[in-house]
Order: sequence, then structure tokens, then C-alpha cells
Amino acid sequence: MDKNKIDFILSQADTALILGQRLGEWCGHGPVLEQDIAMTNIALDYVGRARLLYTYATEFEGKGETEDHLAFLRDEREFKNLLLSEHPNVDFAFTVCRQFFLDAYFVPLFEALSSNEDNRLAHIAEKSLKECHYHLRWSSEWMIRLGDGTEESHHRIQSAVDKLWEYTGEIFDATDYEKKLQEKNLIPQYSTLKIKWEATMVSVFDEAKIIKPKDNWFQKGGKNGIHTEKLGFILADMQYIQRAYPGLEW
Amino acid sequence: MIDPTKNSKPEIDQLNEQGSSILNLQEIESLISQITDPEIPVLTIADLGILRSVKKINDRIEITITPTYVGCPAMGMIEMNIKALLDESKIKNYIIHTVLHPAWSTSWMSEEGRKKLKEFGIAPPSQKIRIQKLFEGQGIVECPRCNSTNTEMISEFASTACKSLYRCKDCLEAFDYFKCH
Repeated sequence: MDKNKIDFILSQADTALILGQRLGEWCGHGPVLEQDIAMTNIALDYVGRARLLYTYATEFEGKGETEDHLAFLRDEREFKNLLLSEHPNVDFAFTVCRQFFLDAYFVPLFEALSSNEDNRLAHIAEKSLKECHYHLRWSSEWMIRLGDGTEESHHRIQSAVDKLWEYTGEIFDATDYEKKLQEKNLIPQYSTLKIKWEATMVSVFDEAKIIKPKDNWFQKGGKNGIHTEKLGFILADMQYIQRAYPGLEW
Repeated sequence: MIDPTKNSKPEIDQLNEQGSSILNLQEIESLISQITDPEIPVLTIADLGILRSVKKINDRIEITITPTYVGCPAMGMIEMNIKALLDESKIKNYIIHTVLHPAWSTSWMSEEGRKKLKEFGIAPPSQKIRIQKLFEGQGIVECPRCNSTNTEMISEFASTACKSLYRCKDCLEAFDYFKCH
């Protein structure tokens, strides 16, 4: 049993779950019905991915726990999601931008993991990749519509890009557990993923007339359990029922 | 690969002295093949390609299914329906496996399934699967009601994860399109 591997799987699962939960907050609040449905559809894909990864992690750990233990009974410091995934929705532009930054990372990540020597992980990646392609198409198209739209929409998406940029550094900044897995070639090198991610940024920013922010200070910590104050509120919302009524089932 | 054309429904109430089913593998397979998708009730799980195989290994029936989309909420219900049917048929020794590989694809959908979808008012997936360019939509989609190709996408995301919402510019009806995956 490789603790580093479990941490990596949990980090991926947590990012998917928290992002799915965040997107789900749009349910009934979308700017138009079609995009409300789009965001909740994508949320469903993320929660589905989280479930596959959590189930795998519990089998790895072999403590007889289920996916629900991992999703509903861990505290903030145990969550290893990227800070970007817990960032509040703010407005539609922020949500689109957050999705775009992450979608552009998941596509090359899962492309690489699809041929991983761990079959189980490879199969989850292969399945998720199909969905990541249309997630990225959705967020890219909206980046362009907003960026190359009205003065108001351009202003909103540019300010989302400017404010969220500081959370993108963490994506490619390998933690100790990721470095150890990379040394053994068990997960891809982030430098190669970053090249692909940046190419997507450049081409979409260009078409969207968005100015790429300068690389300055980058926030990090999420993958090691150090979060913004926002995560606690999501967990409170998400875990309330299981905490109040332990073991409750539908 | 399951053949969804095997449609004769076996009698399920014939039991042996121990009260177990006497159905053979082929009959069990054809029984399970007729379970329908909870969200698209005109299609069976065999039509959709969700049911991958039904085998008998050491006296145990092994059923393999695969999800369409990772978050498909129908999977739990499909598994439950398979269990209910097998229990009702007094088949006691079985196991249901869920596999992810190879990843489900709409190209597995049977011709029969495509026909049934269209009759139900859902445009079936076009055969070509490719990664689309931005703003390119999903290619030519035919209206299931009037067969016009003069259609436009309203939203790539619709009532379920597997469908998009379209509008026919000739008969003016909105319709669902089962997207390529």
C-alpha cells in the first residue's frame, strides 16, 4: 500500500467532489435555464468521477470504509482539493473561468493517466477524459463569448481571470507525495502538462481578447490540506446530514 | 456482445425441486436484455450497450454492465432492476460487475435502439465520433419528427447527461438529441 498513491487519488477525488458541489450551487440560479442545466450536468460528471476515485481509495486503504466516509466524515485539513475548486462561484464569469482553468488541466492529465500502468486508474482516466473534452469546450466557448462580448461581459471575465490566476500555480506545483510518484513514473510530470495547459490559455485568451495576467505570487496549500476559509462552509453544507444523523441512508 | 434482437421472453416460473430457476444461460441473458433504461424507457440496457455480457462461470451467473456517463444516476437503478428480476426468477447464484473499460460509446448502440429512439422523438446519435472544434456544434442532426436537417442546437446540455437540446427550424419543434460519446 503506497500512501503517496492514496494521497494523490484523494487529492483528485476531493477536487472533483468540491468542484461538483460548487457547480451544484448554481442549480436553480443559472443565468438562463440552458446554462443552469449545463452546470448541473457537469457537476454530475464531477461527482461521478469523485465516487469512482473514492471507492478506489477505500479499496486501497482496506479499512472497510466506503466512499461516503471519505466524502462526509473528513475534516477540512484532510481534504486535498486544489484551492481553485473551492473558490466561490461569485458570478457566472468567475465560474466559467474557474472551470476553464481546471478543464484545461484535466484534459492533458487524463490523457496521460489513460495509459497509466495502474489499470484501475487508467480506466477511470479513460472514462473521465471523454467528459473532460466537452467540459473544456463548454468553458472555452463561454470564455470567448464573454471576453469578446459586451463591455460588461469583457470586464467581468477579465477580472475573474485576474483574480483567479493566483490559484493556478498550485495545479502544477507538485507536492511531496506527487513528487515521489513522479520519481517512480507513476504519474505524469507536471511540466509537460503545464506546456499543454499554457497553450490552451494562450489560444483561448487570444480569441477572447483577454489579457494574460503576469505570473506573480501563487497561492498554494490545498493539496496538502491547507485551505482558504471557504472550504469549511462547503463541508458544513455538504456534511451536515451525515454529521447530524450518522449512518443515515436514503 | 449482447444481441438485443433476442426478444422472446422466457417463462420464469419453472423451478426445480430446490426451488431454483431452471432457466439456461441464453434464457437468462434474454431476460436481462429486456430491462429498460429508467430515463429512456423505450431502450433496453442491451440496446444502449450498457449490458456488456452475461456469462456462467462455475455455476454462477456473472453479469457485466458499464455506465454511460460517470455520474449517470440511472446506474444504481439499473443494477437494482437486474437484481429484482433475478430474484423474482429465483436465480440465486449471481454477481453483477460494473466495468469502466472499454469506456462506453454511443457507437455501441444497436440499430434497433436507434430506430426506437427516433420513434420516441429523440434524434439518435450520428455515427461519427470526433472531438469538435469550438462553436462547431455537433454536426448535422436530423429532426426526429419531420426529418429536416435544418436544425439548431439550443443547448449542448439537456434533460439528462446523454442528451442535447435542439430545435427544428422547419417544423419548429424542440427535440432531444442523444449526443455522441
